[in-house]
Amino acid sequence: MKIDEIQFQIIKEFAPLEEWFEKYEKLIDLGKKLPVMDEEYKTEANLMSGCQSSVWITSRLENGRVIFQADSDALIIRGIIAILLKVVNNQPSEDISSMDLYFLDTIGLSSNLSPSRANGLASLVQYIKDCAKEYLYER
Amino acid sequence: MFDINKIRSDFPIINEKVYGRPLIYLDNAATTQKPLVVLNKTTEFYKTINSNIHRGVHYLSEQASAAYENARKTVKDFINARSLTEVIFTRSTTESINLLADSFGNTYVREGDEIIITEMEHHSNIVPWQVLCERRGAHLKIIPFDDNGLLLIDKLHDLINIKTKLIAINHVSNALGVVNPVKDIIRMAHQHNIPVLIDGAQSIQHLPVDVQDLDCDFLAFSGHKMYAETGVGILYGKEKWLEAMPPYQTGGGMITSVSFDETKFAGLPQKFEAGTVNYVGAISLAAAIEYLRGIGMKNVFTHEKELLDYTVKQLNGMDDLTIYGNSPNRCGTISFNLNGIHPYDVGMILDKLGIAIRTGNHCTEPVMRHFGIKGTIRASFAVYNTRDEIDVLVDGIKKAREMLL
Repeated sequence: MKIDEIQFQIIKEFAPLEEWFEKYEKLIDLGKKLPVMDEEYKTEANLMSGCQSSVWITSRLENGRVIFQADSDALIIRGIIAILLKVVNNQPSEDISSMDLYFLDTIGLSSNLSPSRANGLASLVQYIKDCAKEYLYER
Repeated sequence: MFDINKIRSDFPIINEKVYGRPLIYLDNAATTQKPLVVLNKTTEFYKTINSNIHRGVHYLSEQASAAYENARKTVKDFINARSLTEVIFTRSTTESINLLADSFGNTYVREGDEIIITEMEHHSNIVPWQVLCERRGAHLKIIPFDDNGLLLIDKLHDLINIKTKLIAINHVSNALGVVNPVKDIIRMAHQHNIPVLIDGAQSIQHLPVDVQDLDCDFLAFSGHKMYAETGVGILYGKEKWLEAMPPYQTGGGMITSVSFDETKFAGLPQKFEAGTVNYVGAISLAAAIEYLRGIGMKNVFTHEKELLDYTVKQLNGMDDLTIYGNSPNRCGTISFNLNGIHPYDVGMILDKLGIAIRTGNHCTEPVMRHFGIKGTIRASFAVYNTRDEIDVLVDGIKKAREMLL
């Protein structure tokens, strides 16, 4: 599936969840299911800035598609990471570098990604895009 | 008489709603909300007498200058300083400490000298000293604290020596709410003629602070944490020290004469107030102090102590919850965690319930390191908070635990 198709699907999944706690419960559930990153990858170099919670990310290129792995020490942040990765993982680097992540706004989570939240998510999204651009450049 | 309903009606923001719920503001250690008298005072100033101070020949400037100097007198009386020359207006606690680290540091601290701080300082009372020490080839010495958040004062005996040039300690810990025995520390320091800076950023709004009674050499605090507007702070210093210290910043307003050959600096307190100061901030600080005096600092202390004790009691009744800093002497702030749950997750859920608390390391990484944690949930109180709000907080914490476990 393409990035926009996945975004559409996520918006549909979240649509019935009207109350904030229903959304958070879903994020918590997704956060619990997100694979834990090996401790060896939780390095300073892979750490996104954010004094409230820590977010780590690694990436590699396979056949022109970018594979990300990310983790956080906070559960709800892990949930948000899980849906972000669902959108960007295994996508061509050119699609990632030019994507518009509108689904976050639609499902009401965009405020969690504002730089002022200092939870590392804003840097994470920037990293994902920069990283895709770099892979594009390398090719 | 302490009338909580009257007090709450003094703060317009307290009746705001967030996400459709009544705001429960428990992030007062970060900044307090402002009463109408403070807001009105500054609006009135801008509407009627705004003009740059100590400059003009005209009526407005004279009025504005008088209001600014009256504000200095209000601060002087509030902290019981001996003279007006001992009260310096700054931008914040941080700037007050930086002023001292620069001016006092450059004058008195030499290679091999030592400065003593504690393990529980805010970064703003660590970094300026660390940078000074690097610059001068001096050393930073640390008074540790125990797991209850009590400073190990006995260690101070071992740390003090002929090379000690200054002791800089917080009165109340912003991370733990612990009230430190500053009077004892000052007495010990003075036996060796060592001056002491008190970081009063978290005490001045909660308890009576009397610089003559404490006998501290310096006191730093911020206006915005004590109901005044942002951008104004105070450095109190004993006159003998301030007289001996060179200016921190230079420019207009702090000179008596300037030529290309020589500049003569003004006397205290102008010597340390270069450029256009935040005179409106100073006036708002005076208004905030008048407001606090109207309530009475003892009443403020009693009310907030009662709130804190109530919070401790409620939180102690919860399983799997750790309170950090179980000192009997605490005020204003309580730090805790739900075991096995990241504080930020709890903060996100409390936020949705309309409860503003702070999570993270509170600019005190060494404190977090002491307890082997990344951060805590911190609730901090002001004069307008109530038991009902604590009940909402406790219910919120229970809800967060239920969702996150």
